[in-house]
Amino acid sequence: MIKLQHVSKTFRVGKNKIEALKDVSLEVNKGEIFGVIGFSGAGKSTLIRCVNLLERPTSGEVFVDGHDVLKLKKKALRQMRRKIGMIFQGYNLLETANVYDNVATPLKLEGVPNEEIKARTEKYLEIVGLTDRKSAYPSQLSGGQKQRVAIARALAHEPEVLLSDEATSALDPNTTDAILELLLRVNKELGITIFLITHELNVIQRICDRVAVMENGRIVEQGSVVDVFTRPQQPMTKRFISTESKFQIPSTVKDDLLKSGRLVKLTFLGESSKDPILATLAKQYDVLPSIIAGGIDQLKNQSVGKLLVHLKGDKTQVEIAVGFLHDQDVLVEEVKD
Amino acid sequence: MADFINEWGSAIWEGFIQTTQMTLISLAFSILIGLPLGVLLVLTRKGGQWDNAAVFTIVNSLINIIRSIPFIILLFFLLPFTKTLVGTTIGVKGVIVPLVVACAPYIARLLETAMLEVSKGIIEAYQSMGISTPKIIWHVIIREARSSIILGLTIAVIGLIGETAMAGFVGAGGLGDLAYQFGYVRFQPDVMYAVIIILIIIVQIIQSLGNIIARKLKKN
Repeated sequence: MIKLQHVSKTFRVGKNKIEALKDVSLEVNKGEIFGVIGFSGAGKSTLIRCVNLLERPTSGEVFVDGHDVLKLKKKALRQMRRKIGMIFQGYNLLETANVYDNVATPLKLEGVPNEEIKARTEKYLEIVGLTDRKSAYPSQLSGGQKQRVAIARALAHEPEVLLSDEATSALDPNTTDAILELLLRVNKELGITIFLITHELNVIQRICDRVAVMENGRIVEQGSVVDVFTRPQQPMTKRFISTESKFQIPSTVKDDLLKSGRLVKLTFLGESSKDPILATLAKQYDVLPSIIAGGIDQLKNQSVGKLLVHLKGDKTQVEIAVGFLHDQDVLVEEVKD
Repeated sequence: MADFINEWGSAIWEGFIQTTQMTLISLAFSILIGLPLGVLLVLTRKGGQWDNAAVFTIVNSLINIIRSIPFIILLFFLLPFTKTLVGTTIGVKGVIVPLVVACAPYIARLLETAMLEVSKGIIEAYQSMGISTPKIIWHVIIREARSSIILGLTIAVIGLIGETAMAGFVGAGGLGDLAYQFGYVRFQPDVMYAVIIILIIIVQIIQSLGNIIARKLKKN
């Protein structure tokens, strides 16, 4: 649906050149939710703006639905943009227009027939749950409601793709969840492909099928959310995941534990989470496992269990036990000091 | 009081009509010229939709130059231009030209400032929806700026009323001229006071109206 090939973007600020994107390639498949995550300044915003050419790449190619958008003439580009909805962190609504007009005005400007405008505006306001607020002005709405209006406005063009530029970043956690739920529904029920950027891991976890991690204008890692989440390869990705991890134990505690055995972080995925692996381990080997910390992360389609376990016992026995864990379809990470 | 109205009522009324005429006609032309200029400034500035340093610099300097010249000097300076344009340099017709030349750049500047307040984000959102620039200018930028635009125009109208006082020098009449000719030159201060009071009332009404309309249009 969206394909970026070797996209680079350089900004000139006075005499300085800032390379916001360096040779970025990625592909968003039809029907999926693809997320790009990175800390601020990583180039995510520039990246998403290159898709509908709010920002023109310095080099590289951008395809949307098979069309090379960089080759489109002005008018054709405008037609193409109508098939790409976009929502923003700042909502970007007309302050002088009520909810209904905020959704209807762009359709009017595109020359959609009046009957159709009315039908679509009402349909999408219903989908985002704002039918009863259609004559309210943006200043009378909460952040979450404003984002719903923006989503309805984007959907009213009946786009094939929705771009989301940090759409939940200005919202509180509860509102964020509700908006994410809405985006999931938009994806599932209307079949709209979603390409989003965010700095919140939670957003990726909850709704994305695939993810790319960005750092300094490059994509350092990409893959399915489950893979990237459970087997992060790059230091950057690990940093991202560990800022969210609950396994921050005090170093004095950690030192004590390491003296009397080994510390391992176990990640259980899908089926493996149902077997009593630790009990089996204690029975079969002369090792005493004790759980230091644990938790379950809910990803879009499955849950991932994580345990921090202390293995106490004879060195060789512990070694064999760790081997057993490896064989059990469990991801084992050694925690060292 | 009755005597005063008997003696001066019709002259004051005539002056009022002339002032209103001069103000409204010049305002209409000034908006016609000033609005596109203001839009041009917004579009051609650095980072604008039609970023064009040459056009921006020319329009920007031209506005600054005209705005540097005091109206009374502009009035005389433009005499030949006025003559070729409208065929006369006197009367209401003759004063409209210098009034517009003075007021249009002022309005352009006021509207530019108002339009620059519109958030870049909303303009970008409409660009991302494939809406053309002319439609964005009218339906997004001017629409969102309309409250500030009204306030700007209110300031411009009040300025114009002040400038019409000098219209007497080219025989266009008006309230200002009345106050000057009779109140000052012929030393009849009661005429001057009456005119001042009327002007104060007019300005108060215009400013209040401007504020009310602007508040109504703002919607937040």
